[in-house]
Amino acid sequence: MKRLSTLILSLLAVATAHADEVQVAVAANFTGPMQVISTLFERDTGHKTNLSFGSTGKFYAQIANGAPFQVLLGADDETPAKLVKEGNAVAGTAFTYAIGKLVLWSADPKLVDAKGEVLKKGGFKHLALANPKTAPYGAAGLQVMSKLSVAESIKPLIVQGENISQTQQFVATGAAELGFVAYSQVIKNGTIGSGSGWVVPGNLYDPIRQDVVILAKGKDKPAAVALMNYLKGPKALEVIKSFGYELR
Amino acid sequence: MLTDSDLQAIWLTTRLAGITTLILLLVGTPIAWLLARSRSWWKGPLGAVVALPLVLPPSVLGFYLLLAMGPHGPVGQLTASLGLGVLPFTFWGLVVASSFYSLPFMVQPLQNAFESIGERPLEVAATLRASPVDTFFSVVLPLAKPGFITAGVLTFAHTVGEFGVVLMIGGNIPGVTRVASVQIYDHVEAMEYADAHRLAAVMLIFSFTVLLAMYVRRPKPAKGD
Repeated sequence: MKRLSTLILSLLAVATAHADEVQVAVAANFTGPMQVISTLFERDTGHKTNLSFGSTGKFYAQIANGAPFQVLLGADDETPAKLVKEGNAVAGTAFTYAIGKLVLWSADPKLVDAKGEVLKKGGFKHLALANPKTAPYGAAGLQVMSKLSVAESIKPLIVQGENISQTQQFVATGAAELGFVAYSQVIKNGTIGSGSGWVVPGNLYDPIRQDVVILAKGKDKPAAVALMNYLKGPKALEVIKSFGYELR
Repeated sequence: MLTDSDLQAIWLTTRLAGITTLILLLVGTPIAWLLARSRSWWKGPLGAVVALPLVLPPSVLGFYLLLAMGPHGPVGQLTASLGLGVLPFTFWGLVVASSFYSLPFMVQPLQNAFESIGERPLEVAATLRASPVDTFFSVVLPLAKPGFITAGVLTFAHTVGEFGVVLMIGGNIPGVTRVASVQIYDHVEAMEYADAHRLAAVMLIFSFTVLLAMYVRRPKPAKGD
């Protein structure tokens, strides 16, 4: 009898909590903040998140081919829009959750000066850049170099990371002396944590608007909707800001 | 049909696989010989080290190679002190990485071939006063020829198919480190599916043809002497 009542009670508990699970694809540059946000989200709502990190281009291909993701936090605003247009994401759900900042960073504490003059002066053999065809931060880096008229001289020195995480790996290991990465990857307590870096002024590249969208497979998922709302809430905004992103 | 950059990637891949195969023929043969002939205690550990790339994910191999060959790693400091610079993001960096990656594909078929020769032909050669070197070149090499062909072809084909390691240490530089597998990945990521299909089909046909050729001409098991 006791066992039966425990069983009933636990069944009731499951039914009333409405705990749900959501599969989230997250742009690599947002890895750090999303890990913090999802912990807060799980604690506050009781929902569970399963996070995958990678390049937005790869996620697009996977989603278009039936990947089970329910929410995409992109590194741009074009991919979510395209997914909506093609019927793979829910219209009207997309919004900008963060605006990315680009930084020229080196693991060497002396290499990069506060104004990015190093791009003109040279003195390095490799500059790491995320694939500009697929990664918005890579495209932004390229834009900065052409605005400063150093694109031609630096082009032969470029080594390409598959996504922004790999690009940072190239620089962090010292294999490439410096590179364009996301500010969120190197920020610590509101400033660049190690090495040296130049936070590129916003007028040198188009804003990196990062949009989130509910995907077709997350249409009727309470946890997906809850996560979207949570991303607009004060706790998430606080985290996003602390990682050096601008808010909309 | 294929674009210039596709052809460039294919040529680069062919060169990488060719050079790697040559290097591994020189390095892998003595290792396989030791493994086949030795009864020493270190035969086990050596065999295990050679087989490691078969079970290690390319991400592990690529990560350690990047650390080791970078400016702070032991290999990087060695190459820098020799005036060679550091190896990541260079063609020769890929050659070194591929040599690790494809080592078991050279050593294991050779080891099998050497082992199947057995002691007898070597003893006969010795009684005829052949020197060990002479024995190797006039007895072992001809008898192990099918093993050499298998090992060479497998090493070449496996290097052509390499992806994870070259992605991690190559830096995706056109004409230097952007091999065919990475080029296909790039096409897919950029949603250029038609380009991806063309190059991927070439790789598929190549791999199948190589394996078919090997399975068709595989000699019947020897009946002993």
